Amino acid sequence: MEIANIIFYAFIGITLISALFIMLTKNILYSAFALIATFLGMAGIFVLLGAEFVAITQILVYVGGILILIVFGIMLTNRGKTTKVDTKIYHKFYGILIATGFFYLLARGISTADFGGMAWMTNSNSSPSSIRHLGMKVMTDYVLVFEVIGILLLIALIGAIRIAGHTREEVEHVD
Amino acid sequence: MYAFLFFLNFILIYTIFAVYAERKISAFIQDRYGPMETGPYGLLQTVADLLKLLQKEDIVPRAADRKIFKSAPVIIFVAVFAGFAVLPLTSGFGGSNIETGVFYLLAIISLDVVGILMAGWGSNNKYAILGAVRSVAQIISYEIPLGLTVVCVIMVSQSLNLQEIIYQQGIFINEFDAEAQNYLFGIKALGIETTQIGGFLTWNIFRVPIFFIAYLIFFIASLAEANRAPFDIPIAESELVAGFHVEYSGFRWSMIMLAEYGMMLLVAFLGAMLFLGGWNTALPNIGPVALADWTSGEPGTWPGHLWGAFWLISKALLTVGVQIWIRWTYPRLRIDQLMNLSWKYLTPAAIILVLLSALWRLLMI
Repeated sequence: MEIANIIFYAFIGITLISALFIMLTKNILYSAFALIATFLGMAGIFVLLGAEFVAITQILVYVGGILILIVFGIMLTNRGKTTKVDTKIYHKFYGILIATGFFYLLARGISTADFGGMAWMTNSNSSPSSIRHLGMKVMTDYVLVFEVIGILLLIALIGAIRIAGHTREEVEHVD
Repeated sequence: MYAFLFFLNFILIYTIFAVYAERKISAFIQDRYGPMETGPYGLLQTVADLLKLLQKEDIVPRAADRKIFKSAPVIIFVAVFAGFAVLPLTSGFGGSNIETGVFYLLAIISLDVVGILMAGWGSNNKYAILGAVRSVAQIISYEIPLGLTVVCVIMVSQSLNLQEIIYQQGIFINEFDAEAQNYLFGIKALGIETTQIGGFLTWNIFRVPIFFIAYLIFFIASLAEANRAPFDIPIAESELVAGFHVEYSGFRWSMIMLAEYGMMLLVAFLGAMLFLGGWNTALPNIGPVALADWTSGEPGTWPGHLWGAFWLISKALLTVGVQIWIRWTYPRLRIDQLMNLSWKYLTPAAIILVLLSALWRLLMI
């Protein structure tokens, strides 16, 4: 087996094991940290698939941003006296039902759709996948989407400031 | 692979001497002698300390979360060390030469924050958790001006590849792009071509004079990233004992220290590469006195490697020296002053600089 293949399977292993761990552990903080391993494993798979930029964006956005937020959320809401932040397992039946249904849909969809033969797959092998190329595409063909996402983020920011500012006024009012 | 071995050993040796330098410089600033007993001028003091640290008992507090507590120092160090994976050391030797070098570096060192949170939470100690939360708030806040100043450089050099960014700042610019030319202060209209003059005149900080301010912002933010004074509120001795690593001892504590000094070196390397010409020589060619040619070898040859490593490492170590000097000169910022500085001054200034560097780029072509 080639070394790249071994690394590829190692990353798949990391992703799967940590995903299973998230599901099985009762400690929320452990699942948050296991989620980091899942994201890193996914980033590794992206790199081996030739999507360097996606991999790094994944690390920057999910690990550097969203996960820190999750961990902070857990830490700030913990009211117990110990470090353990436990949860129980809810909705076993529906959970298993939805998961198997979704798995069936995905497996069926992937096996019927012949990804290797699709036009955009065969084209992408020949076209240069450089970051310059990506930047040009974002600023020309997809500029509208890009700008709309920017405005959406700005709205979210304003919303966050509004919510944070509002609570502070209430606190002053109580005093 | 060789780069991995080189950087790992380099960090270890550098840390020993950086700790020694820190003690000596702080001593001279405070009009003391510093370590004098162990070896000549106390040179072996850190080696002795290291031997002591490695023999210490590895204490895990009983109420701590063992798994998180034990793995946190490893994650902190791995996150910092992973940043070295893309650093070019010379024109031909170095880490991975990937197209998204700087972007990768900024992304991977944010993993550091996860390790600090784990250390703080796992210790189950109020000083540790307060230190961790402060540290994370500070690192996340200062990542924004740091990232924006890096964006300034990327806008001018039109590349995320560190090696390409460095090539653009010296006399070998045409090895990467045969038609590229450098002008004095980057202004083509002045008509003074500096492509073959090289030296400090083609460094980014001179090529685009507004980068002087960008480098200042980068340097301030990088101090905060490495939790160094005047931004050492996370490990404020007088209030929080030692911050997030208060419960650590022995080998695990030394790993956290190693990561801190590694982070200082990493940001010093990054600053040298982005603003100070990387492995390019500092001396320009002046007419027949071809100082730049004499002090840099052809890329890929032995003289090229040796001169490149010499210039880059001396620039980085000099920056580390300045970091130490600043730590022992300035008082610590209070937490609200710290946030003010980042959000109200550095971030807006960095955003303006991004706009200005886009305009400067138009002058350069």
